[in-house]
Amino acid sequence: MKKQKLRRSMLFVPGSNTGMVCNAFIYKPDTVMFDLEDSVALAEKDTARLMVFHALQHFTYKNIETAVRVNPLDTPFGLLDLEAVIRGGADIIRLPKTDTVDDVLEMEQEIAHIENKIGREKKTMMLAAIESALGVVNAVDIARSSKRLMGIALGAEDFVRDLHTQRTKEGHELMAARNQILLAARAAKIGAFDSIFSDIKDKEGFMHEVAYIKGLGFDGKSLINPTQIPWLHKAFEPTPKDINWAREVIEAAKDATIRGLGAVSLNGKMVDAPIVARAEWIIELARASGVLGEEA
Amino acid sequence: MKNFDKSINTQALTPIGAPVFTCKEKCKGQERDAKLCESIEESIRRSGLRDGMTISFHHAFRGGDLILNRVMDIIAKMGFKDLTLASSSLASVHDPVIEHIKSGVVTQIYTSGLRSKLGEAISKGLMEKPVQIHSHGGRVHLLQSGELSIDVAFLGVPVCDRFGNANGHSGRSKCGSLGYAMMDAQYAKYVVVLTEALEEYPNVPASLHQDQVDAVVLVDEVGDPAKIGAGETRMTTNPKELMLARLTTKIIEHSGLFKEGFSVQTGTGGASLATTVFLSEKMEEQNIKASFGLGGITGTMVYMLKRGLVKKLLDVQSFDEFAAKSLGENKDHIEISANEYANPSSKGAAIKQLDIVVLSALEVDVDFNVNVITGSKGLLRGASGGHSDTAAEAKLSIIVAPLTRGRIPTVTKRVNTIVTPGSTVDVVVTDQGIAVNPKHAELKARLKKAGLEIVEMQELYERAIALCGEPQNIAYTDKVVAVIRYRDGSIIDVVRQLA
Repeated sequence: MKKQKLRRSMLFVPGSNTGMVCNAFIYKPDTVMFDLEDSVALAEKDTARLMVFHALQHFTYKNIETAVRVNPLDTPFGLLDLEAVIRGGADIIRLPKTDTVDDVLEMEQEIAHIENKIGREKKTMMLAAIESALGVVNAVDIARSSKRLMGIALGAEDFVRDLHTQRTKEGHELMAARNQILLAARAAKIGAFDSIFSDIKDKEGFMHEVAYIKGLGFDGKSLINPTQIPWLHKAFEPTPKDINWAREVIEAAKDATIRGLGAVSLNGKMVDAPIVARAEWIIELARASGVLGEEA
Repeated sequence: MKNFDKSINTQALTPIGAPVFTCKEKCKGQERDAKLCESIEESIRRSGLRDGMTISFHHAFRGGDLILNRVMDIIAKMGFKDLTLASSSLASVHDPVIEHIKSGVVTQIYTSGLRSKLGEAISKGLMEKPVQIHSHGGRVHLLQSGELSIDVAFLGVPVCDRFGNANGHSGRSKCGSLGYAMMDAQYAKYVVVLTEALEEYPNVPASLHQDQVDAVVLVDEVGDPAKIGAGETRMTTNPKELMLARLTTKIIEHSGLFKEGFSVQTGTGGASLATTVFLSEKMEEQNIKASFGLGGITGTMVYMLKRGLVKKLLDVQSFDEFAAKSLGENKDHIEISANEYANPSSKGAAIKQLDIVVLSALEVDVDFNVNVITGSKGLLRGASGGHSDTAAEAKLSIIVAPLTRGRIPTVTKRVNTIVTPGSTVDVVVTDQGIAVNPKHAELKARLKKAGLEIVEMQELYERAIALCGEPQNIAYTDKVVAVIRYRDGSIIDVVRQLA
């Protein structure tokens, strides 16, 4: 399994909201996702692009992963957005809407073209947002379509509209899409990210949903309000029992390496590479959750 | 009559049985209402107020105070001049004092706080004599040392009886604790109580007592309790405030002081209030109870008391209607005077028993000095309050402030005005890093171990400057407009007139 960066929280920041663009980093989401698309009014498109271009280069965003949701390439803004944010140094381009493999390939081509033009060596990653029935049906192919894809994400608001229904607390309407996206992502060994939870006052509902998608296997979730970040991180925080187990596994694995063994047994159970990867993941989660302290 | 020893000077003694004091029958009944005045004017006349004297007020009604302006207008109309105004604090509602300064009615001010247009006018040189800014504890010290000698105190209360027994926790316009007014009642030479309601004698329990009060005036209203509220009384939804509160709670949790029987004081404002809420959650989680909560008391502290998370509340000032109401209803919610709260020369100030205090700041500098009185433009727009008192005495003082406000750095190289010296500040919490006073290496290690990222104050400063740029120096003249008195009466800083 490829070692993945921790991406529990992806905070949406409207590119035209000066205060949020200036401040979002302080909330320490795993990824800040500047939006140039739906949350930006037509009259603000240029301002937002310019602001995000500068924010991406500001020192306050140097130690945080940045993604930008650009406008679709078939609008007058798509390519302009892409030019600006790749020059600005965005880590990830979030595709506005991905129905087919061609959507990914077209974006990939444009990104490569710009990188080439400006001599950027770092490969810009892509995150495909699946927001339609067609996208869900094509999810497996989409997930495998490009090496630049670091993950696929569910865009639930548009998806339910496409299904002719609406979102509910129980979330049955998203069941098929969530499972399909998760399976597609895991088959392609990339990340799977859940949709936003829009009622920012409903902590209980949010926590319920997070427990559910975490249980399904999602890596994280898009967020629309910084208030939700500590809640989300808390839900992903490993228990002391998990941490102890992970430490023991890592110790056992180290020991096995020293002794030249491929696999080793811990308390009667076999420890192999996927188990070690899982243990390392838990330690990384624990460190990011602030439950390990300085000694880790 | 008995025979007395000739050696006793019988002229100085009155033999037993001889008449001591004669009173006409009809005057007996009148004496009972003797303190009642028909009007504020009458009480002023009776007080013997003269030009050059010192008058005082209390600030329990905060922004809802309706007494100070009213009494000052009458005093001005009656022609008094050259008075010293010694209100325990002044709020934005007191801007009309500007006119009384201009007309020479008020020529000197003692206060904990100055805000709004009054603060601005004074910063621009309105007064000849500089304003004396004191802390809440420091005011009592000045009263006791004799520097501040009140001739007439005008104390607004919701309820009083004809003989002067008054409290703040009953009646219509409840202000709660009269902790500051208690000092004026004790030290002023003449005490006028202005009340919204006259209760039957004896109105007990009383905070201001019959043997302290000279005159009682019934007025239609003394305050607007809706405006007492120190900002938000509901839980904030501001993510930055919530984040600061979460960090502060974590610091408290891992400070080494968070254990059964600890004590805490939090102030007002979103982050402080949220800290109280988050701290309650931690206390419930770990089954820890605090022995007391201190200071300005808010509704959230009352909630903690009701939940049994705090055993007693010591209340010098009630910050909202919930606290004001609780003071009268809950036997474990106890009113204390400013002397019992924070006076450095008191025989027993509660802050000396305090473990943790959470405070705010307008500015903090690289040496941990705190400014809570002048804003970024150099204007007087805050209050010393209990800041320096609690920081000096609590085992752990935590200052909570955003690193920048808009594009103004909160962390600076040198604060505009020192109110609380850095030597008494232990931890500074900002949204972009936490700094621990270098003298607390052990605490720093503790917090790091708990997973908190600790940085140097200098780093916070550099970050603030990198974000905002170096602010232009404020241009001042040489004239001193306010003197900042430390709690022991010494001068810790001065504020100069804006150029």
